[in-house]
Amino acid sequence: MKNISFLLVGVLFGIIMTKSEAISWFRIHEMFRFESFHMYGIIGTAVILGAASIWAAKKFKMKTLRQTLVTYTPMKLSIPRHLLAGTIFGLGWAITGCCPGPMYVLVGHGYWIILLVILGALLGTFTYGVVRKYLPH
Amino acid sequence: MDISNTIQRKSNKNMELVSNPTTFLDFIRQPWHWAVSGVAIAAIMFVLTWMGRSFGVSTTFKATCTALGAGKVSDFFKIDLKEEGWRMAFAIGGLLGGVIAAFFLSSPEPVAISEATQAHLSEVGLALPEGDSTGRGFVPTGLLNFSSIKGILLAIGGGFLVGFGARYGDGCTSGHAISGLSHLQLPSLITVIGFFIGGLLMTHFILPFLF
Repeated sequence: MKNISFLLVGVLFGIIMTKSEAISWFRIHEMFRFESFHMYGIIGTAVILGAASIWAAKKFKMKTLRQTLVTYTPMKLSIPRHLLAGTIFGLGWAITGCCPGPMYVLVGHGYWIILLVILGALLGTFTYGVVRKYLPH
Repeated sequence: MDISNTIQRKSNKNMELVSNPTTFLDFIRQPWHWAVSGVAIAAIMFVLTWMGRSFGVSTTFKATCTALGAGKVSDFFKIDLKEEGWRMAFAIGGLLGGVIAAFFLSSPEPVAISEATQAHLSEVGLALPEGDSTGRGFVPTGLLNFSSIKGILLAIGGGFLVGFGARYGDGCTSGHAISGLSHLQLPSLITVIGFFIGGLLMTHFILPFLF
């Protein structure tokens, strides 16, 4: 029950993803064809504002609700790993037109075919867990 | 004279917006400008940060694998599910948000993609998006569907690549493109560049053979 607040933030997220049309395959396809500014505008605005707010939170030593400071555990920089992982993700993103967040939202809209996409994502996640020792990290 | 009339009409409209809930819903229902959406997504990221968590959705797949017993096969899935409860709640919330949006906030008009994209879709024989309520507003049923082997394989295969890539890179669009870039992380920038390399390859060189 203590997670109810996260559920409520999730509800807002679902509504925002719907109204922004970022859950639309058509918007993602259009983005990769460079035929509209829409998605670039959304991501660009979110990143600029996000970076500014995180900068301010660190600068003014904002306390989170868990009484911690805003920090980020940096990942080890591995160019081949991140480039390869990103490319694999991008190949799938351009087919399904949705990344993980929108998948859940689309199921809420009643697009049952996305349940298969989620099944695929679970299989992909599981496969990674099994073969990860053979991959460059 | 004209200007003052316009201002008058605008303020009347605003008054109506506040006083009339139906009009307010209509106001939310229309598709949002990209800047409004961008601000709203940044706000979600910041609220989660303020709640002491880090915005990221794809780890819910890992947690689901763990819940289904994947820890028996690989140590990678031996994680404390209690730590992931908030994330699962967030994802379920996203699903409920989709339900609410579908029932109360659906836009009367189809997603307004550019004319160039519309022309391209017609060329490859995919139906244009319709209004939200038709069930063909957000997903191209000609490409992803239950009615053909190809439609099923593309849905599962596309999902597989997303799930595999997200775990390999330890994050998806929310974790890297929004959260990671907001924290000015170089690994996130490289991952996002990868997202676009993969997306462009698929869209321009592979999908044309799959339509």
